[in-house]
Amino acid sequence: MPKYELVLFKNMAQSGYTGSFTDYKKTGGYTAFEKVLKEGSPANIIDEVKKSGLRGRGGAGFPTGLKWSFIPKDHVGPRYLCCNADESEPGTYKDRQLMERDPHQMLEGMAICCYAIGAATAYIYIRGEFDLGAEILEDAIAEAYKAKVIGKDIFGSGFSLDIFVHRGAGAYICGEETALLESIEGKRGKPRIKPPFPAIHGLYQEPTVINNVETLANVPHIINRGAEWFASIGIGKSTGTRIFGVSGQVNRPGNYEVPMGVTVREMIYDIAGGIRGNKKLKAFIPGGASAPMMKPEHLDTPLDFESIKEAGSMLGSGAITVMDEDTCIVWAAMNLMEFFHHESCGQCTPCREGSGWVLQILRRIEQGHGREGDVDQLLDLCGRIEGKTVCAFGEAEIGPIVSSIKHFRAEFEQHISEKGCPFHPNAALSMAH
Amino acid sequence: MRFKALSKETIERIKAEFPKYPNRRSLTLPALRIAQEDIGYVSEPAMIDIAELLDLTPIQVYEVATFYSQYNMKPVGKYLIQVCKTLSCSLVGAIPIIEYIQKKLEIAIGETSEDGFFTLKVVECLAACGSAPMMQINDRYYEQLTPEKVDQILSDLKTNGKSDLATGPFMLPVLQG
Repeated sequence: MPKYELVLFKNMAQSGYTGSFTDYKKTGGYTAFEKVLKEGSPANIIDEVKKSGLRGRGGAGFPTGLKWSFIPKDHVGPRYLCCNADESEPGTYKDRQLMERDPHQMLEGMAICCYAIGAATAYIYIRGEFDLGAEILEDAIAEAYKAKVIGKDIFGSGFSLDIFVHRGAGAYICGEETALLESIEGKRGKPRIKPPFPAIHGLYQEPTVINNVETLANVPHIINRGAEWFASIGIGKSTGTRIFGVSGQVNRPGNYEVPMGVTVREMIYDIAGGIRGNKKLKAFIPGGASAPMMKPEHLDTPLDFESIKEAGSMLGSGAITVMDEDTCIVWAAMNLMEFFHHESCGQCTPCREGSGWVLQILRRIEQGHGREGDVDQLLDLCGRIEGKTVCAFGEAEIGPIVSSIKHFRAEFEQHISEKGCPFHPNAALSMAH
Repeated sequence: MRFKALSKETIERIKAEFPKYPNRRSLTLPALRIAQEDIGYVSEPAMIDIAELLDLTPIQVYEVATFYSQYNMKPVGKYLIQVCKTLSCSLVGAIPIIEYIQKKLEIAIGETSEDGFFTLKVVECLAACGSAPMMQINDRYYEQLTPEKVDQILSDLKTNGKSDLATGPFMLPVLQG
């Protein structure tokens, strides 16, 4: 018997559930939206979401209700909701499952949010590679218009809402909320300087809320079952369930919805079936590529925002990447730096140039040409990126490097002194692209 | 003739997107996507047409086209193979898959096969980490790859124009803890 109750995955776990409007309606779908339109005031909805303790599932964990409350009440002119479906954090693939298997759950959450913040237009910013996801969402939106749960004068309330899909075109940085706005506006995805925050000057300079897919998918459940129910799941300030995407060298990779606060050990060994080939765990990343690496000694850390932070990493997007004892950590750091170097938007010099230099040094260490002092040089470079960029990408890209040196410095030194990689001396190491 | 590279149909498809946005510039990404779908890549004359249609300067379109990785600035093969190499995929065998495809098609990364069918690219995370290794070919994902599956997919595409091995709505079952 499963140990934990499903919330977000509950519908799609039923056999034969297609995610169509009819199927969603049968599970009680859109009753939360109807309820708030008929009975709830926007202020009450925001209060309820605040009380639930719901925090952003995209990575930063910002309190959702608080974010909504920043939208100026007296603003004259349009307000917007942007659903962040740019899922690109390496290791993360949960929003894809939520969108492809139960799109109306997220659409209902969006509709409730729009009513609460007074937005008549919402955009779903979906990463360009999700062609299937975009097709499914377009179909779901068409169904929702047809059923009149979005569109003009919904349920006779006078409230009208349009939802549009805006497709990205391949850029990790567009998951950063202000880069996402730039991208909808038809520009390069270069993050904006904050403040002003999007709640004041967002899309088209109008007040805007940007929320992740999983965050919004939780909203109908909070309305239906109450803030207290939601707050009773999880641990401390990390309330509700969380979808953890486990990948890498585990026996049963996949997305698992569990209450926040289960330990990493339970997640990797009990739930995801342990390490492939009965090997030993060497390292894991708890929250997507941007989160600092952790070691087996951290296995008993609960998976909640605070505990993971205290242990020196971050819960981020809830993506757990597992590396076994045969993984070369220098290679893993290099692989991730290739990603960050490729994805740097190029706006800030420390990030644009620094990522290239860090990658160059990691490559030479891995390929057996490392020099004495290279490890300190890496740390020095990382220090010159951290805190010196417009957005958090700078902190993100140094996370795996600084943490891998902190936990596995001897392995870096061994590569340099032995002039080669002890793990895969002859294998192809990197795929230039 | 006002537009030189884009067909009337392409222009109409772009215009159909206008009502979604309060200004024309927001159409830059959708317009580039539609143009690429219709002519296979984003050519300079196509970008000039888009600028004309959206009341922008050509550089405003060009700077967007060159920023995003999905726009092909040069023609590609009929099927664009994009294999993910980011950590989760590489941990479970992405690199041997990439090597296998290179050998099979006798092309290097970035090249197009002689028959013009396949172009191979290596890309960063495509959000299919639990069903790695994976690749995207045109508008569909192919996951949990093995060399045998790759053979089947490429042969299906070449002969039928599609493959049943393409992933439908999220392939992994709902898993419970």
